Amino acid sequence: MTPVATPFFFYLFAAIMLIGGILVITRKNPVHSALALIVALLAQASIYLMLYAPFVAGVQIILYAGGIMVLFLFVIMLVSIERSMKERQFNSQWVAGTVAAVALGGLFIAVYAKAEKIFPHHAIRITPDELLNTQGVASMLYGQYMFAFEIASLLLLVAIIGAVVMAKKRI
Amino acid sequence: MPDNYFAGYLPILIHIVLVGGLATVIISLSWLIGERKPTRAKMAPYESGMAPVGDARGRFSVQFYLVAMLFILFDVEAVFLYPWAVILRDLGHFGLWEMLVYIAIVLVGFFYVWKKGVLEWGPAAVRSQAASGLRINLRDVQSGVQVDVRFNDQRGGS
Amino acid sequence: MPLPLSIFILVSVIKSAIVLGVLLTAVAYTVWLERKVVGHMQNRWGPTRVGPFGLLQPAADGIKFLFKEDLTPPHVYKPLFIAAPMMALIFALTSISVIPFGNSFTFGPFSVPQFLPFHYEMPFHWGGAVIGPYSIPFQITDVNIGLLMILGVTSMGVYGVALAGWSSNNKYSLLGGLRASAQMVSYEIALGLSLVGVLIQSGSFSLRAIVDAQGGHFWGFIPRWNIFHWQFIGFFIYLMAAYAETNRIPFDLPEAETELVAGYHTEYSAMKFAMFFMAEYTNMITVGCVATLLFFGGWHGPLFGPPLVQALLPVFWFAAKIFCFLFLYIWVRGTLPRFRYDQLMSFGWKFLLPLAIANLVATAIFVAW
Repeated sequence: MTPVATPFFFYLFAAIMLIGGILVITRKNPVHSALALIVALLAQASIYLMLYAPFVAGVQIILYAGGIMVLFLFVIMLVSIERSMKERQFNSQWVAGTVAAVALGGLFIAVYAKAEKIFPHHAIRITPDELLNTQGVASMLYGQYMFAFEIASLLLLVAIIGAVVMAKKRI
Repeated sequence: MPDNYFAGYLPILIHIVLVGGLATVIISLSWLIGERKPTRAKMAPYESGMAPVGDARGRFSVQFYLVAMLFILFDVEAVFLYPWAVILRDLGHFGLWEMLVYIAIVLVGFFYVWKKGVLEWGPAAVRSQAASGLRINLRDVQSGVQVDVRFNDQRGGS
Repeated sequence: MPLPLSIFILVSVIKSAIVLGVLLTAVAYTVWLERKVVGHMQNRWGPTRVGPFGLLQPAADGIKFLFKEDLTPPHVYKPLFIAAPMMALIFALTSISVIPFGNSFTFGPFSVPQFLPFHYEMPFHWGGAVIGPYSIPFQITDVNIGLLMILGVTSMGVYGVALAGWSSNNKYSLLGGLRASAQMVSYEIALGLSLVGVLIQSGSFSLRAIVDAQGGHFWGFIPRWNIFHWQFIGFFIYLMAAYAETNRIPFDLPEAETELVAGYHTEYSAMKFAMFFMAEYTNMITVGCVATLLFFGGWHGPLFGPPLVQALLPVFWFAAKIFCFLFLYIWVRGTLPRFRYDQLMSFGWKFLLPLAIANLVATAIFVAW
């Protein structure tokens, strides 16, 4: 049994994700930002893959990297680049933004430090068998969380109607 | 083959790196070998011999955004169906009814979209939106593809 | 017997290289086949000059593309103008990595001379200087979410086209890119839903498992392929949606020559243009592979002859089925006219999507009852 260098890949993908995230907010050209976001999302999918969640990784690629980003790009593609390049990158609320980001980071570190108490070991069930992942997600979703799943369809319905109503006002 | 689970995905990474290298090689070879004799006409945007007017970026019909949004919503619906399909044999009747309710609710949205004329393009779109009392900004419509479509229509459809 | 890591990496690099080589050759000869077949359909000969039957035409074309002027007009947005064809090609070539071509190929046990450099990896069975038997599957890698992977890569394919249209800063290109993206996302839903029926019947995302579920026969002579197993409509929807997804006739609106010159690749020349071409034909082959795997029993077919022939016949059957799909692509191109944009949209949304939902509901009722 030869393990592949998992920590190496974790740091690789985490670094790609962080760099992508930073590029999203620092690039002036919105198309570049969108592409950086796609890269970050793909790196995130790889990290899901390493967490024994191949199904979630696949869904991440299909929905986020291949679905939502298309809409983003659609909107960005049709705005004038010259105008958006002239606009200021950060508005006056950057202080509040930084404080919020630092606070969120502190929260994450606190959770990480106290993880033993918050998520006791016996509560974490990892099935290393990749085969079971999709089937496991499915049997939980359509068994135990069936109500949440049906609510999701209502949410989709609301979203569909909302999209139409929003666009209707503009036409 | 290493028994590590992640190792099953390692070849994909290797493959992507190889493919990226291949694409880079192809593009740089073409850049290195191909001759370059730029002329003014060659460098202008190609618009079938007409002198180009204005910038290419314009406003497009809101329908393009609407299609993209609907795509995401129905894609989410489809993704919910995949794991269900995989274990339907185990779920049996219960799973079947569960999903029928789900699909029925989403179909309500689909028929709403249909009746609102969102799926109409071209001349039918103008008619149905006028019928449903929507204000149509003619400039928006003209800058979209719909003009082409009408043009096609006059030729009798190809 | 598991392979040691260094050999595992070596094997996967070799496999990728072989697959890419075969794939790109197949792409070149699909172009030749298309020109030849469409030529004969139109009472012409197609390419005849370069080599016998024009067989060397693809090589000549490749060389010509390399020596053509690589034009980057000043009005384009340069970084993305260069990145777009690369993205199109990379996404097109990536999806082949999870596609299985046949069963596994077993070799060994071998006796190996001691001077090979990787002996430190396998000290324990080195005494006899015998390695193997190793079993290497005809596939770059078998992952459990193979089908999801292909769908994901397909959905990423939009970016190459959309960015090419946008970065060209040309009205035809932008219109073509926009049309292409709207068309591809519209048909992606029908494409995704058409596969649900197959998933219900096989109960797995793994392409290998899906093919294995199609072994055997009905009543001893009809192969148990999904298309004969109540998935005929699913196959029809998949085929239509996949044609639209690859921007082929009758769905080639994005590059409609009569109105948009060439759509999103109007401003491209030399190898950059060729890369879009290669991406399109690679996508065609991928569609053929997926259709074969999901609906036509993959590499299942009659086996006969000596063991070596029996080991290679599945790959042959797989290739033969893909060839049929490629021929169908060309046949359709030689036969059908182009859709109008409103027809395209209503066909996708108002016909294929409800049909796909009806198909999956019918399959579910049939299976779960």
